[in-house]
Amino acid sequence: MFSYYFDLALRSLKRNRVLTALMIVAIALGIGASMTMLTVLHVLTGNPLPGKSQTLFYPQIDPRDMADYEAGEEPPRQVTWIDGMNLLREKRADRQALMTGGAVPVQPTQSALDPFFSDARYTTAEFFPMFDTPFRFGHGWTAADDEARARVVVITNELNNKLYSGKDSTGQTLRMKDTAFRIIGVLGDWRPNPHFYDLNMGDYSGVESVFMPLSTSRDLHLPLNGSRNCWGRGGADEAHFENASCVWLQFWAQINDPAKVAGYRDFLEHYSQEQKTLGRFQRPANVRLPSLMEWLDINKVVPSDVRLQTWLALGFLLVCLVNTVGLMLAKFLRRSGELGVRRALGASRRAVFGQLLMESAVIGLAGGAGGLLLAFVGLWLVRRQPSDYAELAHMDVAMLAATVVAAVVSTLFAGLLPAWRACQITPALQLKSQ
Amino acid sequence: MDILPILTTLRRHKITAFLVILEIALTCAIICNAVFLISQRIERIHMPSGVAEHELIQIELASIGAKADEFARAQEDLAAIRQIPGVTQVASVAQVPFGSSSNNAGIRIDPNQPKSMIDASTYYGENLIETYGARLIAGRNLRADDYRSMDAVMEGVRSGDTKLFPATAIITQSMAKRLWPDQDALGKSIYIGKIPLQVVGILENLVRPSIEDDSTANYSAVIPIKLAQGQYVIRTAPGDRERVLKIALEKLKQNNPHRIVVQKRTWDEIRGNFFQNDRSMTGLLIGVCVALLLVTALGIVGLGSFWVAQRRRMIGVRRALGATRHDILHYFQTENFLLATIGIALGMVLAYGINLFLMTKYELPRLPATYFPIGAIALWIIGQLAVLGPAMRASMVPPVVATRSV
Repeated sequence: MFSYYFDLALRSLKRNRVLTALMIVAIALGIGASMTMLTVLHVLTGNPLPGKSQTLFYPQIDPRDMADYEAGEEPPRQVTWIDGMNLLREKRADRQALMTGGAVPVQPTQSALDPFFSDARYTTAEFFPMFDTPFRFGHGWTAADDEARARVVVITNELNNKLYSGKDSTGQTLRMKDTAFRIIGVLGDWRPNPHFYDLNMGDYSGVESVFMPLSTSRDLHLPLNGSRNCWGRGGADEAHFENASCVWLQFWAQINDPAKVAGYRDFLEHYSQEQKTLGRFQRPANVRLPSLMEWLDINKVVPSDVRLQTWLALGFLLVCLVNTVGLMLAKFLRRSGELGVRRALGASRRAVFGQLLMESAVIGLAGGAGGLLLAFVGLWLVRRQPSDYAELAHMDVAMLAATVVAAVVSTLFAGLLPAWRACQITPALQLKSQ
Repeated sequence: MDILPILTTLRRHKITAFLVILEIALTCAIICNAVFLISQRIERIHMPSGVAEHELIQIELASIGAKADEFARAQEDLAAIRQIPGVTQVASVAQVPFGSSSNNAGIRIDPNQPKSMIDASTYYGENLIETYGARLIAGRNLRADDYRSMDAVMEGVRSGDTKLFPATAIITQSMAKRLWPDQDALGKSIYIGKIPLQVVGILENLVRPSIEDDSTANYSAVIPIKLAQGQYVIRTAPGDRERVLKIALEKLKQNNPHRIVVQKRTWDEIRGNFFQNDRSMTGLLIGVCVALLLVTALGIVGLGSFWVAQRRRMIGVRRALGATRHDILHYFQTENFLLATIGIALGMVLAYGINLFLMTKYELPRLPATYFPIGAIALWIIGQLAVLGPAMRASMVPPVVATRSV
């Protein structure tokens, strides 16, 4: 039965090529546009650390003075050096890391390469185990290295390819800002999206090329990158940031046991009160402890333009579907005579309905294939855009399957009304008018 | 043309007619909003900057080794650049309009205000107003004795010695209006924290490097602080920019080879980069509008052809009864016009609804009434163009059809 209907559908579609082509093109355009945008949205709303993200938290505390105070306001989105160091020393979470962004002048020993600036992450040791970073060669540094302000560095695979043509470079010396660093690790391919651990660097920017202990970067006065907010007598130059009333560091905590999250929040509360008693904090304790995914929501990392474009594409798909309903209705009703004969020869309404739906499904499949092609073109266009998420716009298997399913389901849905309408034909009337 | 017979016929094709109306309504609603979005983006892309747009070059350098005696070195750099033929102005700056990276400060007009009134961008650097080409519309320019060095200011922050801070500032017209809506801002003081800065001049405009909210895009203050951060802006005639940039880079390299060029570009490129997203969004919206109109037109062609085929006998009868070809053509054109009009009316309501949705979700302004006719006209035209083919074919139906197959 199935293959017979399929055959009938193909014959019928061939009979009226223009109308068929119009329907397929409309479905393909609608599906192509929608799936392009949904894929982009899918990529951008993804989890940067699947399986791990629920154990990662971003503590927020409010160290500011009473100027500009408003009760219930969100605490700053970064921490001061003093608070970061205090939280780090307390070690109340399973793992914790304090970090900030920067840029370092890299001076390759190879004469063929000019010195260049590289983005850098200055962080404490537990960054690597906490974020499960893959290592191609070597490993990260230890808390002892942090303490000793060791001249050690971890570089990305990309930089390793550029400087050492992909060979194991651990143990080699890398000169940066006239200082010799020992390479102790090379990261494997790692590009968490969004760049969740520091959203000031561009929400979807790639991973920094150079990682080194935070203490080392401060010791050498390496240039900082990112956002800083100061209050009161804040506003110091970079060399004196440790004592400034400015927030400029990110602090992350890993809490494996969900039952301990409330305990950590209490600790933050307690810490704020203690600092207030000491006179460092002035505002009433105001702490938050968003999880990684909550933190991304708070920061509205998904560009509103992308959401708007997705709505637009879905609206376009709706128009395309209405268009297809109309065309299919025209096509089915035009065949009233043929359908009348089938009915008169004993085909049940159900059978005719099934036959017509099969025809819709075939259009849906063809439209889906076209849509898939257009989605690939669309994503290629998105990748050529200047935005920092552009290079991420790739189709994965899930979206590929979703595209085809969406096309067939939506076309079947569009075929329901015309097929039902065509089934209402009274066979006798149709036969008479022949 | 009689409308009543058309309505009677349409009543017999309720579903098909309804689908055409629905498609036109949806298209009309989306197009009204899309055109509005496009016009907003275009307006944003053309946001005035207040600077000499086509005359500026930015060069940013970062030293590799330890920094020593930066201020004297910056003076050497500036002197070297000034000697290049064609250079009219040069300044050491900390930020460029539309340059993305920015310094901002909360501004009060009374140190005892509990909250700062606005957040404004703070421009530092000697000779900055002349180099950027910002127009002073009231008061005076900054003088040599207004300036303090960045090192002195930092020392002041640490020691609390207010004498080390500058005491004057120049602000933009829009910032002045926001702070003192009904008064002259000249001579009044703005406060950054507790530090007073007397407003000595008003600029026509000077856009911020990074913009969070377009309505505050021009809230900028120029504060007399001397800098040496390795970032230079050069002003020269538009045609000289390429040449000057090349020579400047050579001279800077001669002065101190132990540094890296981080940025070298004309200000036109800076502006282009800043609005890249808006430009691609505009392109995308235009593309969707065209695709929508095309799909709708093809839909009308398809359904029109179907109707003509279905009504061949009716057309034949009418022709046999004396209707001219013109009458038949008109019949289908009027029918389409009727359907389009109903669709457009429905589309207006829908457009308004979509706009309300966008207003709450994306903080867009209300759709002005002037955008409604755009969608209407577009769809009337598209409808008429699309139905022309099928209508012409209908008018070619010979009267003899009426007598056949009876």
